[in-house]
Amino acid sequence: MPEPVVPGETDLSFLDERDSIPRSHLSAFDMLSEATTALTARPARTLLTALGTILGVAALVATLGLAKTAGNQIVSRFDELEATSVVVRPPRNQPGSNPNSEQQQVSAIPWDAGDRLQRLNGVVAAGTKSDVAVGEALARSIPIIDPLGQSEFQIPVIAVSPGLFDAVRTQLQTGRVFDDGHNARGDNVAVLGPGAARRLNVNQVDTSPAIFLGENTLAVIGIIADVSREPELLNAIIVPDGYARERFALERPAEVQVEVAIGAAELIGSQASIALSPNDPSLVRVSLPPSPRRVRSSVQSDVNALFLVLGGVSLLVGAIGIANVTLVSVLERTGEIGLRRALGATRMHVARQFLFESAALGALAGLLGTSLGILTVVAVSANRSWTPILDAWLPFAAPVLGAAIGLLAGTYPAWKASATEPIAALRSGA
Amino acid sequence: MTGSVPVVDLEGVTRVFEGTPPVEALKATDLVINRGDYLAIVGPSGSGKSTMLHLLGLLDSPTAGTYRLDGIDTSDLSEKERAGVRSARIGFVFQSFHLLGHRSNVENVMLAEIYRPGSRQGRRERAIAALEQVGLGHRLDAFPTTLSGGERQRVAVARALVGEPSLLLADEPTGNLDSHTSAQILDLFDHLHAAGLTLAVITHDDDVSERAARRVRIRDGVVTAEAVSDA
Ligand SMILES: Nc1ncnc2c1ncn2[C@@H]1O[C@H](COP(=O)(O)OP(=O)(O)OP(=O)(O)O)[C@@H](O)[C@H]1O
Ligand SMILES: [Mg+2]
Repeated sequence: MPEPVVPGETDLSFLDERDSIPRSHLSAFDMLSEATTALTARPARTLLTALGTILGVAALVATLGLAKTAGNQIVSRFDELEATSVVVRPPRNQPGSNPNSEQQQVSAIPWDAGDRLQRLNGVVAAGTKSDVAVGEALARSIPIIDPLGQSEFQIPVIAVSPGLFDAVRTQLQTGRVFDDGHNARGDNVAVLGPGAARRLNVNQVDTSPAIFLGENTLAVIGIIADVSREPELLNAIIVPDGYARERFALERPAEVQVEVAIGAAELIGSQASIALSPNDPSLVRVSLPPSPRRVRSSVQSDVNALFLVLGGVSLLVGAIGIANVTLVSVLERTGEIGLRRALGATRMHVARQFLFESAALGALAGLLGTSLGILTVVAVSANRSWTPILDAWLPFAAPVLGAAIGLLAGTYPAWKASATEPIAALRSGA
Repeated sequence: MTGSVPVVDLEGVTRVFEGTPPVEALKATDLVINRGDYLAIVGPSGSGKSTMLHLLGLLDSPTAGTYRLDGIDTSDLSEKERAGVRSARIGFVFQSFHLLGHRSNVENVMLAEIYRPGSRQGRRERAIAALEQVGLGHRLDAFPTTLSGGERQRVAVARALVGEPSLLLADEPTGNLDSHTSAQILDLFDHLHAAGLTLAVITHDDDVSERAARRVRIRDGVVTAEAVSDA
């Protein structure tokens, strides 16, 4: 087989003399093993040098990890029920204005408040709710007084619009709730809370059993099992607004309960007063749930800022520590630097070796600090029975940060080492 | 390399240290060291011996004149090349040994090659061979701190021998040793010289200089050749 002709492999002999001059070279492997040897020669000193950086990185990792963990904790505890509840009431009497004046006393909430709010985007359900003043009227379930036991009770009566049942997330035990028709006609129907039903001894509604409220007769069409909000409904006789207006002269709804979609509370809050009282929105007062996001971010940013500053400060101290000890070791190792130069190291090689040593030290500190930080997060979480959560990038970023700090801290000592004159260095003794 | 090219060829080499007044540590010097020479450089303190050795070892550059090492004009080398030539062609032995205390003997000797490209293969074997050559084959993994002065200097010589340098430079190699161990080191030098190594040894000790085949004397930076006494 003929030898392949390599282009350019002709006459390069004029380069030979130059090529025969050896060039100094430090392989990456040798640099790595030199740094490892230097760092492991005095493990205790290495560890102490790295201590500041270890603590700094640990503080940062623990802060970020705990913030994340605690943040998640707040989110998971985040009260979905509370966050989706908006209540509209008349304003409190303002001091200075006459509490007896007609305007202040009359609620501005219209009877169709539930329907009006229902039309807003983000409202899940809305309904009015008012306590009904029934005077001396007692409730009973049978027309004849039972001489053997108490059969007449003082049971609160609450007038609602049909939308309220959804707004408080009513679960029915039996029967049904009243509708717009009942409300509009002012029908004498009632839905009983479980407490009221028990006292009135009503446990089925198939036959629409009658109950009596003073002189008035009401047909029970449903019994509630539970509500998520407004627990006083559980012990009440619930009647349609229309009925209460007719029989008990209820003038205005006392409040509107609104169930909103998650995150819509603030928007609905700003729109509800206009929807209900377009002429003077100040005549209604909207209660919003505390924004959990805001609570969390304020807590978190306070804690975070403090610990991040602490972490930053200890990193700075750590960097100064590394710089200081590396500088001392450059002075201690003057003889070694001279020797290395005599053995063929260039200034660059010397600088690189010290730089690499301090970077490796920083990376090691970062690694240890990360472990310590994660351990802290886990320990605190275990103590509070939280679920420890850590950003996935953090364990990787922290050693890199450590290495960067080491690199930065090593810059001046490395430059100092490379500037050491070999002759002077060799004269300095071993 | 052809045998006719001298290892060291100094032509009018001068070293002046800046300052007020400037110090002319080495005045225009011509010196040739041939392959296989064993040269002793003697002179009183402050005469310029170390200056000469630093120039020969490429740790310092002359302010005037030319220095050819193995025929290579060292004046137009880059730093990388000077360091490379130093690493490949020159072995140093110092009065104070310059061994690293945290490394075993063999590791200290291996250090000689880390600035030589492509030298990782067989580095340990060559270091062991060098230690055996100086008679320390049985103390490979001991640490220099556990050795006597003479043994330490032999480790340093082994380090200088790895990779067969063209020139071994020693600055007061027996300065820290008693006469008995000095004699051991000088025996070792004789042995290496007999094996063909080129040596230049700085000393103000007559016992040392008498072993050398050639002797030059420096006084106030002026180099003069001396007749060699019959040894
Ligand atoms: N960096 C320097 N700057 C100024 N003068 C220097 C420098 N280095 C050496 N000298 C001077 O050069 C002269 C020769 O110094 P050198 O170190 O070569 O002497 P030596 O012969 O090795 O002496 P010793 O036997 O004491 O080691 C001395 O006068 C010394 O002061
Ligand atoms: Mg000297």
